[in-house]
Amino acid sequence: MQSQPSIDRYTALFKQQYANGSARGPEWLLPIREAALANFRERGFPTTHDEDWKYTSLDRIAAGDFQVARGPASVSLDTVLAHSFVAAVHARIVFVDGCYAPELSSVTNSEVRIESLAAVVLRGDAVLRERVSSWPGEQNSLLALNTAFVNDGAVIRVGRGCRLGQPIELMFVATDGATPLASHPRNLVVCEAGSEAPIVENYCSLGDGKYFTNSVTDMLVEADAIVDHYCVEREGANGFHVNQLAVEVARNGRLTAHTVTLGGALVRNDVHVALNGEGAECTLNGLYLLDGQQHVDNHTEIDHAQPHTSSRELYKGILSGAAHAVFNGKIVVRRDAQKTDARQTNKNLLLSENGVVNTKPQLEIYADDVKCSHGSTIGQLDRDALFYLRSRGIGSDDARSLLSYAFASDVVSRIRIASMRERLDEYLLQRFGRN
Amino acid sequence: MLEIKNLRAKAGEKEILRGINLKVAAGEVHAIMGPNGSGKSTLAHVLSGRENYAVTGGEVIYNGKDLLAMSPEERAREGVFLAFQYPVEIPGVSTTYFLKAAVNAIRKHRGQDELDAMEFLALIKEKMKLVEMDQALANRPLNEGFSGGEKKRNEVLQMAVLDPRLAILDETDSGLDIDALRIVAGGVNALRSKDRAMMVITHYQRLLDYIVPDVIHVLYQGQIVRTGTKELALELEAKGYDWIKTAPAAAAH
Repeated sequence: MQSQPSIDRYTALFKQQYANGSARGPEWLLPIREAALANFRERGFPTTHDEDWKYTSLDRIAAGDFQVARGPASVSLDTVLAHSFVAAVHARIVFVDGCYAPELSSVTNSEVRIESLAAVVLRGDAVLRERVSSWPGEQNSLLALNTAFVNDGAVIRVGRGCRLGQPIELMFVATDGATPLASHPRNLVVCEAGSEAPIVENYCSLGDGKYFTNSVTDMLVEADAIVDHYCVEREGANGFHVNQLAVEVARNGRLTAHTVTLGGALVRNDVHVALNGEGAECTLNGLYLLDGQQHVDNHTEIDHAQPHTSSRELYKGILSGAAHAVFNGKIVVRRDAQKTDARQTNKNLLLSENGVVNTKPQLEIYADDVKCSHGSTIGQLDRDALFYLRSRGIGSDDARSLLSYAFASDVVSRIRIASMRERLDEYLLQRFGRN
Repeated sequence: MLEIKNLRAKAGEKEILRGINLKVAAGEVHAIMGPNGSGKSTLAHVLSGRENYAVTGGEVIYNGKDLLAMSPEERAREGVFLAFQYPVEIPGVSTTYFLKAAVNAIRKHRGQDELDAMEFLALIKEKMKLVEMDQALANRPLNEGFSGGEKKRNEVLQMAVLDPRLAILDETDSGLDIDALRIVAGGVNALRSKDRAMMVITHYQRLLDYIVPDVIHVLYQGQIVRTGTKELALELEAKGYDWIKTAPAAAAH
C-alpha cells in the first residue's frame, strides 16, 4: 500500500517551494499546479499492485527525501560536451538538475524555435496556456507529480517543411551534489507538416550520487513529418529516472524512436505512440544494458487508431549480475484501423545466472483485417556461435565479448545520426571489453 | 601430421565413433565417405573440439601434440580448421571484423605481429578472388541472409585467410548447385599444398570429381570399413552404401 509519509513529504515540499520562491511562474499556473498535486495525492505513487507496475517498485523513490534544485549548479561546457553523444548539433539546450542553463546551451531561433518552458510560460503564450490547463487531470500519478513540480523543459517547434540536417539535443545533466535532488522536466516538441528533424534527449549524471528525474516529453508529428527521436540514459549508479514519452503521429507521419538505457539504479521508460492518421508509421527501437542490481523497465504502447498504419518494434537487452529487466509491449488496434501492420520483438541476453527478465506482449486487436506479430526471447549466448568463433582461433572470453557486442550493435547500427552511432559503438566496444 | 588411434566418442548416451584409426600426412587429401549417421560429422567436430561430444577412448596426435587436450581456439591457433556443414549466422559482426579478430588471435599465438586494418584488407581482398566473392558480402553481418553457396564460399575464404595446416571440410558440397560447387572446389584445390593436409567429408562422390583425393575412407557405424583410392568412390557410386553394409569390413590401415 501507498505510504502516506511520501505523499505528505511532497506536499510539504510543494508548499515550501512557494514559500521560499524557488517555484517560479505566473499566477495562473499556481492553481494548475495545486490541482495536479491534489491529483497526485489522490493517486499516490504507483505500487506493484498496479498491473503496469507489477515488476517495478518505486518504494525507493517514494521513500527518498529529494529536494528541488533552486538553480543550475555550475558545470563547465567541456563537461557537458564530454557527455554528449553527437558531434555536431543544430541546437543544444542544456538543463542542470532540471534548471535551464543558457550559458551551456546553443540555441538559435530561425525556422526552428527552441525555448525554455519557463520562458514560454512567463510570456503567457496562449496556446501553451491552454495546453497546460489540461495537465492536472492526467490519469497518471507521475505526470501529475511532474505538473505539480515542473520547473523547466524544452519547447521546440520545427516549422512547416523545415528539414534539419543536424539534431537538436536536449541534455539533462544530474550533478553530484550533497543533497539528493529531484527534477521534473517537461518537454514539448511540435514537428510541423512535412518537416524532418532528429531530436536527441540525453540524460546523464556527473557522479554516483542519488537523484530522481521524472521527465515527460510530449511530441506531435504532424502530417508527412519525419522525426527521429533518440533518448539516451546514461544515469549514475544511484540515479532514479522515470521517463515518459508521448507522441501523436498524424497522417503519413513517420516516427522512429530509440530508447537506450546504459545505467541507473532504476529506470522506467514509458513510450506511448498514437498513430492518429492514415499511413502513419512508427519504429520503436530499444537497448538496455544492465549489471549489478540495476532495474530497467520499458513499457511501450502503440495505438493504431487509423487504417493503414504500421509499427515496428525491436527492444534488446543484455543483463549481467543480478539485474532485472522488464519489457511490456502493448499494441492496440482500433476497430477502424484496418490494414494495420504491427511487429514486435523483444530479445534478452543473460550473461549471468542471477539476472531476471519479465517480458510480455500485450495485444488488443479490435479490427479484423490486420497483421500483428510478436516474439520474445530470453537466453544465453548461442553455443553454436561461440563454438564457431572459437574454432577460428578467437578465445572464449573474446568470443563472448564479441557476441555480446554484436547483440547490442544490432540496435545501435539502426541509429541514423552517424556521430551518435559511432560514439555508442565505441561505448559498446569498451563496455564489452573488446581489445 | 595427424594420427587418430582407436578414437571413440559419444553424443549423450549413444556411442557414435567406435574406434577410428587414421593417419594423414602433410600434403595429402583424404576423403571420408559414408552413409548418413555413420559418424562423419561427429569425427569432424571431435577433431575441432566441439563440447557436445564426449571422447571415451583413444587418442589423436597432431604434429606430435595431444590434440584432444586442447581447447577449440588452441586447435585453431595450432592450424586446425573446420569448414562447417552449417555455418552459423552471427548478426552484428561482419565477416571482415570477425576474420581480422581470428587472424590476429592466430598470429599472436605464432609470435607474429598483428595485422593492421590496411594489411588485413589487402589480405582478404586477395583471398576473396579465390572464391569469387564480392567485397560487399564480407562487410555484411557474418553469414546472415547468405545463400547456401555464399556461406560455403565464406567458409573457404576463411580457410584461405587463416592458412591452416589441417583443413577439415564437413560436407562442404551439401546444398550447392553445380556452379557454386565448382567455385568452392576451385578454392579448395588452390589451397592444396605439400604443407597442408585436408580431410574432405562427403556423402556423395560428386565432390570428388572436383577435389580428387589421395585416399578414400568409408565410415560405417563409427568405424572405417574400407580404405582405398579414388576408384573406391566410383565403386560406391555404382553400388550404393548398401554394399558396404553387407560386405565384410576390410581392415583400415
